[in-house]
Amino acid sequence: MATFAGRIRFLVGAVALMLVVAGAAYAQTAPAPAPAPQQQQANPGGAVNPTASAVKEDDLLRQLSIISGRGSIPDAKAYNIEQPAGRDWQHFHEVTLRWIGAIAILGMLAILVLFFLIRGMVRIESGRSGRTLVRFTAFERFVHWMTATCFVILAISGLNITFGKPLLLPLIGPEAFTAWSQWAKYAHNYLSFPFTLGVVVIFLIWLAWNIPGRADVDWLKRGGGIVGHDHPPAPRFNAGQKMIYWIVVLGGAAVAITGYLLMFPFYGTDIASMQLAQVIHGIVAALFVAVMLAHIYIGTIGMEGAFEAMGTGDVDVNWAREHHSLWLQEEQAKGHAGEPPPRGRMAPAE
Amino acid sequence: MARMKFLCDADRCIECNACVTACKNEHEVPWGINRRRVVTINDGKPGERSVTMACMHCTEAPCAAVCPVNCFYTTADAVVLHSKDLCIGCGYCFYACPFGAPQYPRVGNFGSRGKMDKCTYCAGGPEADGSKEEYEKYGANRLAEGKLPLCAEMCSTKSLLAGDGEIIAQIYKERVVKRGYGSGAWGWKTAYRETIAS
Repeated sequence: MATFAGRIRFLVGAVALMLVVAGAAYAQTAPAPAPAPQQQQANPGGAVNPTASAVKEDDLLRQLSIISGRGSIPDAKAYNIEQPAGRDWQHFHEVTLRWIGAIAILGMLAILVLFFLIRGMVRIESGRSGRTLVRFTAFERFVHWMTATCFVILAISGLNITFGKPLLLPLIGPEAFTAWSQWAKYAHNYLSFPFTLGVVVIFLIWLAWNIPGRADVDWLKRGGGIVGHDHPPAPRFNAGQKMIYWIVVLGGAAVAITGYLLMFPFYGTDIASMQLAQVIHGIVAALFVAVMLAHIYIGTIGMEGAFEAMGTGDVDVNWAREHHSLWLQEEQAKGHAGEPPPRGRMAPAE
Repeated sequence: MARMKFLCDADRCIECNACVTACKNEHEVPWGINRRRVVTINDGKPGERSVTMACMHCTEAPCAAVCPVNCFYTTADAVVLHSKDLCIGCGYCFYACPFGAPQYPRVGNFGSRGKMDKCTYCAGGPEADGSKEEYEKYGANRLAEGKLPLCAEMCSTKSLLAGDGEIIAQIYKERVVKRGYGSGAWGWKTAYRETIAS
């Protein structure tokens, strides 16, 4: 009997679901609004003229953003005959996005150059100790560089879509530009997969060290050691690195989701939502590139001893003491810190 | 030079789909691609109207504006054409087109949608007029032979008009005055930023 009751419950649930789906489908196919009654006109003979109450394009355009009807070909999206919004998106892609991208990226470059000229490279103030400790494992570095390589190619091929036409096309001519853009498009589409995978793995492996904490507030108040020569204590990732982490995770998720919506057109989207997806994709990606420029700066010429963390994976103990003192303490408590650098093995004399 | 336009007088369209068929046959358009289609609005209700729609060859065409590789060009007759040799199949023109004109041979196939295809106003492409290459990529070039687009030429009710914008607008105006009503020149406000008083 228990199974019978179960079947009844299942049937009731199924019927309820069908009603919901049918209701949603009806709402989507709701007909265009009927014309206003005052448009009814009479023929000279006095009979109602059915053609006089015809749908008028002007009325529909005033009420709807998309004029659609019923067609007889399988391609359902062809039933939308007119959506003037396409004209607006053109302005975003050709004007607005270029301004956002140019200001964000060139502005960031200007800031970094200016900062480098004023501050110079942040040195290890106490000098190198000659002893190192492991900061990133081989797996962590692999994930970082896989994501980073994909990001650089995605960024260049993406910027090509927005800026290539005015900047590169006049230089290399239409045929070469098309050949390059075609390859850039393939690279952009296919490398999105390892990039997304990298973002997911980054999210998982470093989440534990990227929860904002009290030390971050203090670190930010003291300028993070970037502004000035202070060395506020920081755990494995300081507040700035945590910001980069969350920008990568959230920004990466945003560009991945919107990118896949554009890559698979009409899977749950229509023209308007694909335009919106492109708007989000473009803006987030432009800001993402600007932030990553700062990330690259601080990881290379901006700070002595920083690159080797992602290069060899080992950092100098004095670097760790100045920039990540809390992390160094933890590592020393575990007995990991302070390995002298491997020396060339002395061959026994024979 | 003329400024070529399409005008669909929806009060005359009988949804026979002959324009669609003629287009497919004239240009040997492959399966799944519809350069022109007929859509019925308020189907089955009083005042129902059918409209045939294809590329409207817009003034300041949005597809051309957003194309990242500049594969579009406008002819002396104001027909908006594109080069399939330059198209990279990114799909941006489809996001921008108010009329859903651009078509892709492999819609939904990520990475490669194939080269975009759309109505050419029976004016072919950048290749030599009437050449084999032009026909294979874009279909017939009737304009170069002094003929108008076949869809409009064979429309049995002369609902679909093609030709110089001023002349077809004049024909439509006269019809509206004579019969006393008109549902509007569909797409003209969006494509050409002008309306025909009706």
